[in-house]
Amino acid sequence: MASSDWLGLKHELPQRRQIILTILSFTVPLLLWAAVSYTPWLWHPLVKVTNPGDVEYFVEDMEVKRSDFLAESAKMKAEGLAVPEGYRVNPVYLPAPHEVARAFYTAFVTPPRLPNEPWLHQSLGQSIRTIFWGFFLSSLIGVPLGVLCGSYRFFSKLGEPFIEFFRYLPAPAFGALCVAILGIDDGPKIAIIFIGTFFQQVLVIGNTVRKVDPALIEAAQTLGAKGWKLLRKIILPAAITDIYTDMRILLGWAWTYLIVAEVVGTMSGITFFINQQARYRNFDNVFAAIMMIGIIGLATDLALGWLGKVLFPWKRKGLARKLVKPIPISMVAVQNRGDANPADAPIVIPEPDVKPSESTSDEPILAPDGLTKPAKS
Amino acid sequence: MSTASLALPDYRVQAPEVAARFKKIQQRPVTLSVNNLQKAFGPAGHQHVVFDHVSLDIHRREFITIIGPSGCGKSTFIRIAAGLDESTAGEMLVDGKPIFGPGPDRGMVFQGYTLFPWRTVKQNVMFGLEMQGQSASEAEGAAREWLEMVGLSRFEESYPHELSGGMKQRVAIARALAANPKVLIMDEPFGALDALTRAKMQSYLLQIWKRVDITILFITHDLDEAIYLSDRILVLGVNPGGVREVIENPVPRPRSPEQFLTPEFLALKARLDHLIHAPSSEDEEDDKLPVIKMTEAGDEVE
Repeated sequence: MASSDWLGLKHELPQRRQIILTILSFTVPLLLWAAVSYTPWLWHPLVKVTNPGDVEYFVEDMEVKRSDFLAESAKMKAEGLAVPEGYRVNPVYLPAPHEVARAFYTAFVTPPRLPNEPWLHQSLGQSIRTIFWGFFLSSLIGVPLGVLCGSYRFFSKLGEPFIEFFRYLPAPAFGALCVAILGIDDGPKIAIIFIGTFFQQVLVIGNTVRKVDPALIEAAQTLGAKGWKLLRKIILPAAITDIYTDMRILLGWAWTYLIVAEVVGTMSGITFFINQQARYRNFDNVFAAIMMIGIIGLATDLALGWLGKVLFPWKRKGLARKLVKPIPISMVAVQNRGDANPADAPIVIPEPDVKPSESTSDEPILAPDGLTKPAKS
Repeated sequence: MSTASLALPDYRVQAPEVAARFKKIQQRPVTLSVNNLQKAFGPAGHQHVVFDHVSLDIHRREFITIIGPSGCGKSTFIRIAAGLDESTAGEMLVDGKPIFGPGPDRGMVFQGYTLFPWRTVKQNVMFGLEMQGQSASEAEGAAREWLEMVGLSRFEESYPHELSGGMKQRVAIARALAANPKVLIMDEPFGALDALTRAKMQSYLLQIWKRVDITILFITHDLDEAIYLSDRILVLGVNPGGVREVIENPVPRPRSPEQFLTPEFLALKARLDHLIHAPSSEDEEDDKLPVIKMTEAGDEVE
């Protein structure tokens, strides 16, 4: 019953199905694209002329609307002249998958048309540098400010109303201003990424920090923590995993500002490459470059996700359990061999003032999730 | 319950050894002194008084349980003791000094464990000592001793989420005690545990209390637990809020689960039951639900 249930609401799917669905989520759009590209009767609104026949304005390799082509053919036929020939094609802006796949390779090895134009990898490098500096500078100020706003009402009330106002101002609106202040090179582009990220960052991280379980803070207070130590030892570590997740999402936002940022001042980076290739009508390269952004973004996020698991071992639920589980059991076995008292006696300090009948020291530790086995004596 | 109570002794009657024990306790210095404590919420004029005129002297190494119906402010009371809430009148003194905010002289164990998930079990226990400025190696040594005391040495490198509820709460107790408090405040610490684990935790707690210089303030809504653990029971009430009675527990120590059926135990339980579930007309009405019969005749379950 349950195994046939693919659509259970909030129902966890088995690993294999998850993998199948993940693969499908990429292959389905790819298949649709392939279908439109390779099935001649699907869409293909244009006709590429192979033989103009007697149509005056047709030339070889010209692409005309299918309706025009059919009209001209009919006209030629009626007049008894040579009928044009051609085959159906998609518009130039929709290259087929194999063309784009080839472009992934050729775009990297084909030298640019003009000597002063950058190679694709140089364009990508510049884009990544812009994102990095914009995001880095934003985080350098935004994260501490967000933590302060989340921790202290004082900073929250002082800072957040203005930031809330400012985040509604679209970052591209500052393009001209940034150019006036920072020149036409990388400065204004980094500034746009900064403006697009920073204000959201302060608010998002402020909210995350505010969500720290107050019971943890109270527990720490009853243990003597206060002030700065409370912030550093409790609030920060309690929020750090959620802050990390926020940062991953914010980095995605920073990428969405990239194209806007790169048209500010002199066009640069991947945006320049895309525009230039579109101008040359190399739409396979355009597609490849756009996909490249997605691939870099996804790869970065996956890498950060993996890094998160390394950095925050207490979040590795499944893995940690698997690693820890066998250890206590084997230790119980080892200790039991030489020890008259069972190793998992709850309280190991001797009790001189308690009658043996009241001693509970032969009770095994209760571990309902099977971390330990009761000792057998 | 009412028929059983006919045959029970007066809950105030104490066996000689119990009376002697209370005499001894009263000679000990007062650790926690509560004077005319009041807590009220809301703006002046429309105040809701949770409790008022609460006065009590708690002696060193006494085990006090606090019970009362919901809304009686028992949690508020111990949060004031912990320094997490402020009273609106009166004061609480620890060793003669007024309470001003939370401090390491009053440890607390919460129902929700509140272990720090990013710290291993050992690091959790070390926290209080680190806050007191102890070096890492000193704190580590002390934490190991405490973990041994609660029987969790083998889990010192585990993270809290890898432990069962009972184990988590034992870590929380070790963490609170490692900071060397004078008073251990426990807010329904075993409320989230299943019955079996809870019984074991009660036994562990009594064992720990016996060999640590600690005064315990313990909230529970479980009458058996309140009687099983305590020297004295503070019963709070509602409407008007305040102390209903402070009862000297006649059940002799050392305690064991067999005592749950002794006459003193049952007598005290009947008394507590009476104090907490004082019959009111409202309750009686609530007992019968206006449910119409939705099954066929003859299809009875009872």
